[in-house]
Amino acid sequence: MSFNLTLLTQMLAFAAFILFTVKVVWPYLLRAIETRQKTIADGLAAAEQGRKSLEVSTRQSEETVRQGRERAAEVIAQAEKRAAQMIDEARTQAKEEGDREKTAARAEIEQQVARAKEALREQVATLAMAGAEKILRREVDAKTHADLLVRLKQELR
Amino acid sequence: MAAGKELNPSDYIQHHLTFFRAPLGEGEFWTLNVDTVITSVLLGVMGLGLIWWVVRGATSGVPDRRQAFVELLIEFVDDQVKGIFHHGDRNRFIAPTALTVFVWVTLMNAMDFLPVDWVAGALGFIGLHEWRPVPTADINATFALSISVLLLSIYFAIAAKGFGGWVHEMFCAPFGANPLLWPANLLFNLVEYVSKTLSHAMRLFGNIYAGEILFFLLWLWAATGVAGSFFGFWFGLGWAIFHILIVLLQAYIFMMLTIVYISMAHEHH
Repeated sequence: MSFNLTLLTQMLAFAAFILFTVKVVWPYLLRAIETRQKTIADGLAAAEQGRKSLEVSTRQSEETVRQGRERAAEVIAQAEKRAAQMIDEARTQAKEEGDREKTAARAEIEQQVARAKEALREQVATLAMAGAEKILRREVDAKTHADLLVRLKQELR
Repeated sequence: MAAGKELNPSDYIQHHLTFFRAPLGEGEFWTLNVDTVITSVLLGVMGLGLIWWVVRGATSGVPDRRQAFVELLIEFVDDQVKGIFHHGDRNRFIAPTALTVFVWVTLMNAMDFLPVDWVAGALGFIGLHEWRPVPTADINATFALSISVLLLSIYFAIAAKGFGGWVHEMFCAPFGANPLLWPANLLFNLVEYVSKTLSHAMRLFGNIYAGEILFFLLWLWAATGVAGSFFGFWFGLGWAIFHILIVLLQAYIFMMLTIVYISMAHEHH
């Protein structure tokens, strides 16, 4: 166990090996690893971006759905309001129409009644006149009593 | 174990602990542990070459299993560096260095898994009777690493603070800038540098060397007979499994300390 030339030889060999690793081995691997790290970093960045855009579009679609829902609710409310309104209108109209018809019918009836009354009166006057004529023909001169008769007739009317 | 020799425990261990040495000049220093150098360089070339081969075709898309394994390894190392080093671009030097240390030390430690006698047998077959297959059980290899780390940490200390700043720190930290305290500061810093380097190298060496010795003892036991073989096998298996932990743990610790020492060099006091 003694030191000899081997020591220096080994040191030279060590130096040569270090030089080889520093100059030749390490750079190759460093390049490969760095490139891979860059690829991975890029991929991660792309994934992050994708996630973000997904988030944005999710938010957008949610917004759209919400808007659509609101719009639909609005439309339904409007339709309901309109329907109620239409029903009301129809009801009012029908009532008015009914009232008018009723009034017209009543007027008609009154007219008819008046007409019937008139006719009745006419007939009663005629009948009375006829009765009176029959009675008076025998006793009274028609000519003298014509005034009377006409007056009677007018009264009856 | 060379063929034709009597089995003798001390010879056996001695044999496995003998380096394949090549004298290159006068004196003990001018020898080279050929086995350590060749094994470690081969392992480094294999390990780092494999990683290079995989990352060369690395795709930034979905990685295949090969690439995923290498990326797992590199990201593991990079995570450790990221947690400790906050003094600039770690990709420029410290992270690849930590990777080099971890891969190389793991592989060198892992040579311990190979059954020593099979290795010895195979190498003996081609005429190499003395060959230590575990480079980190050679103190030269571990000190080569830790002294390199020491030099790197001094280099980065000077690079981060300037030479003047570094010298100032050597004399004025940690106790204070009073001239009376300069010797104490300098002594403290020198001891710190030396002890860091020593413990860094000795920890790795001690663990792996001890593991190797324990394997030798178990295989010696296995050579004593049926009972020895039986227990040798089971204890050997247990130790090998436990050694997986030690191999990885020591490589991890060595890497972490390398990162810590180089990071500390960047810090201003």
